Amino acid sequence: MSHLVLEGLGKSYGSAVAVEGLDLSVERGEFVSLLGPSGCGKTTTLQMIAGFVPVDRGRILLDGGDLVAVPPNKRGLGIVFQSYALFPHMTVAQNIAFGLEMRGIDKAERETRTLEAMALVGLKGFADRYPRRMSGGQQQRVALARALVIKPALLLLDEPLSNLDAKLREEMQSELRQIQRSIGTTTILVTHDQHEAMALSDRIVLMNQGRVEQIGAPDAVYGKPASAFVASFLGKTNVLRGTGDGSGAVSIGAFSLPIAGAGAGPVQLAVRPERLSLAAAGASGFEVRVTSRVFQGAHWLLTADSAAGPLILMRHNDGQPVPAEGETVTLSFAPSDAALLAPGDAR
Amino acid sequence: MNRALSQRATPYWLTGPALLVFLGLVVIPLAMTVLLSFYDWGQYKGIVPEFTLKNFHEIFTDSYFFEIFLRTFRIAVLVTLFCMLIGVPEAYILNRMSPAWRGICLLAIIGPLLVSVVARTLGWALLLGSTGLVNQGLMAAGLIRAPLEFMFTETGVVVALIHVLIPFMILAVWASLQRLDPQIENAALSLGAGRLTIWRRVILPQIVPGMLSGGIIVFALAASAFASPAIIGGRRLKVASTLAYDEFLNTLNWPLGAAVAVLLLAALVAITVGSNRLIERRYAQVFE
Amino acid sequence: MRKNSPLALCFHALFVIFMLAPLLIVCVVAFTPEGYLSLPTRGPSLRWFKAIFDYPEFIRAFRDSLWLAALSSTVAIMLAVPAALAIARHRFPGREALTTLFMSPLMVPHVVLGIAFLRFFTQIGLSGTFLGLVLSHIIVVLPFALRLVLAASYGIDQRIEHAAISLGAGHATVFRRVTLPLILPGVVSGWLLAAINSFDEVTMTVFIASPATVTLPVRMFLYIQDNIDPLIAAVSACLIALTAGLLIALDRLFGLDRLFVGTGKG
Repeated sequence: MSHLVLEGLGKSYGSAVAVEGLDLSVERGEFVSLLGPSGCGKTTTLQMIAGFVPVDRGRILLDGGDLVAVPPNKRGLGIVFQSYALFPHMTVAQNIAFGLEMRGIDKAERETRTLEAMALVGLKGFADRYPRRMSGGQQQRVALARALVIKPALLLLDEPLSNLDAKLREEMQSELRQIQRSIGTTTILVTHDQHEAMALSDRIVLMNQGRVEQIGAPDAVYGKPASAFVASFLGKTNVLRGTGDGSGAVSIGAFSLPIAGAGAGPVQLAVRPERLSLAAAGASGFEVRVTSRVFQGAHWLLTADSAAGPLILMRHNDGQPVPAEGETVTLSFAPSDAALLAPGDAR
Repeated sequence: MNRALSQRATPYWLTGPALLVFLGLVVIPLAMTVLLSFYDWGQYKGIVPEFTLKNFHEIFTDSYFFEIFLRTFRIAVLVTLFCMLIGVPEAYILNRMSPAWRGICLLAIIGPLLVSVVARTLGWALLLGSTGLVNQGLMAAGLIRAPLEFMFTETGVVVALIHVLIPFMILAVWASLQRLDPQIENAALSLGAGRLTIWRRVILPQIVPGMLSGGIIVFALAASAFASPAIIGGRRLKVASTLAYDEFLNTLNWPLGAAVAVLLLAALVAITVGSNRLIERRYAQVFE
Repeated sequence: MRKNSPLALCFHALFVIFMLAPLLIVCVVAFTPEGYLSLPTRGPSLRWFKAIFDYPEFIRAFRDSLWLAALSSTVAIMLAVPAALAIARHRFPGREALTTLFMSPLMVPHVVLGIAFLRFFTQIGLSGTFLGLVLSHIIVVLPFALRLVLAASYGIDQRIEHAAISLGAGHATVFRRVTLPLILPGVVSGWLLAAINSFDEVTMTVFIASPATVTLPVRMFLYIQDNIDPLIAAVSACLIALTAGLLIALDRLFGLDRLFVGTGKG
């Protein structure tokens, strides 16, 4: 039995469907991200788990018990909000102790646990500070401590890092990951930031227009996108047009390679820019004409035209010569680097 | 499902108590007043609950009532105009002051709003009376020989009402001035506009909505003002509200007084709602 | 910010004089030693301030006015807080109509309200009672309370309450521990503005007050109708001094511009 199970979860606002047919099983101690563009239903899903949005269809099972009928203040989940939602009229210690107080825990234990939680998030000595006199990163830590101190069954994170600047965000990412590992709380993160999702999660749930597009480990989802949406949402990708011969091979011009499951006729392959390589002289490949070249420090970003459609590729800045604009080069890629996109999924 | 339903009922629970109080203490009394205005009355028989248009007929045909309503309207229009004429430049000046000075001046300008209107009008009675400071000053300066009549005149009522109501105009205009981009005058200057042109073409069009909404407030309050006209105007110079007061508490002809009140309310609602609509349509883009 | 021109400053100075002159003259005349209205040219005297104590009706009216203001604004704020939360938080059928209804005492002339209450209270036997005064004042001051609480309620991030709920707090606890402290500035200033307006109200009250229950402004109004003398100037001067003190305290506590201008948009 999984720790958290979402079964056919659905929510509509009038005739607009926000979430539909969401199935997900999360294991104890797992870190799962709900990733997708704004309006994809990820926040609504989190709000349904938290209990702030009533569930229209489906069930939410926590250790086998249905949460749907449980009021939000009895669910015992820890939530970190995007705006942190700290109580502005309470000190850091009062903020963190609030949940313990609601549980009727006596003063002495409240104090020890509050101090423990503050130490866990690196806020020793901030007990009497008011939130408005703290930096964004510090407020973030208070919010995390407040959610964790009640030893929640689940930790729900709603875009927790989106208000921090880039450098602080990276720092907090690794710290968040480390804290989650050390206490082992099952965690659901909602984010629109693919890097954050990939850096933090054990598994990613990619959502679009209220539906799940793909569920899997970050590297698996990135390497083998199940749809054109996933391919284009996660990093940069090329969608190459080829022709299947019906016996498991796909050809792009003179370049032919085996792709499992490819049918006959036109097919689409997703290939990451960094997986396209310049073919050695005489090796098989397909020809492209470079249209532009942009230097980006660690690498060059090239755009090119080909018979398979426009594409982008990356060349590491490793001292080797880089094709110039207007030059024609031959490219190839390994069959294992190509993901076959479902037919009719072209966008 | 159950929770969704109870959530939908929440706002009604929350507004319920206030709604009940308002139904009981605003809607019912006002309805009863409207009803009362259609009742009959006689010196000896008192209020007779029989439907009649007698009261309204009397008000519309008797030139005495017509004159009072006309005077009320004239006073309200004059007060509104002067409040705009003085209040708009004052708000502009206030907006350009340093915050410290502005705070002090706001105390002086808004402060009187919190002082009882009776005390303020008493001040004007002391200033404007025939032995008041204004007359003494004017006579000492040799500008006039005999004291000017302010008490029991429309001029006196208008002056006192401007004093009472001008803070509302200043607040309304100031609110729209605060929404102005502080760089906008410099932008106009850089394009070669003179100060007057800036005022006419850049500032004024943006604060007109504030002026008009302030004007509606001032007009409505001036037309229904009671204490100032009663003290300055006395029994001789009646306006609609003092007329209603006399009918109720002196003549005791309640149905006629109620009819005066109903007419005053109807006229004010028509004028304020009408002009609000007009302004909103005309200046929709500024209000956005 | 460009400076005001000298001409503008002259205009401003004249305007401030215009605003303050009637208040100052009342205060100055109140100090006259003479038995009639005059400037205290022979030096100030407290004669007329002492005389106030020979007129217990002013003292009693003052005490009644304070009670009335405190009671009516307290009830008004208790009605306004839930209503404001509903209007600020929820979208429900009738929301606009309810808001208009609750704000309507600002639009309906107080003369009309006075007449309506006089008629109503006479019919139900509340005429001339203190309860009648309180009920009518609740109505006229509620818009002020509502407007300020509403402004405060719009400013709350609802996720702060969600955070409290997720930590296990029930409805009552969320309101007491989180919502109320957050809207408290609006509640306090709303109560104050309501109390001041109740204390100053004269037009409506003059219709429903009776000799037994009369507020200070009505008492003063009726006195002025008969006779203007230094005594009434002394009473008014006390009132002006009281208001000035309150005003300065309010300015220190909240900032006057926030109390008045910030609410103009409601």
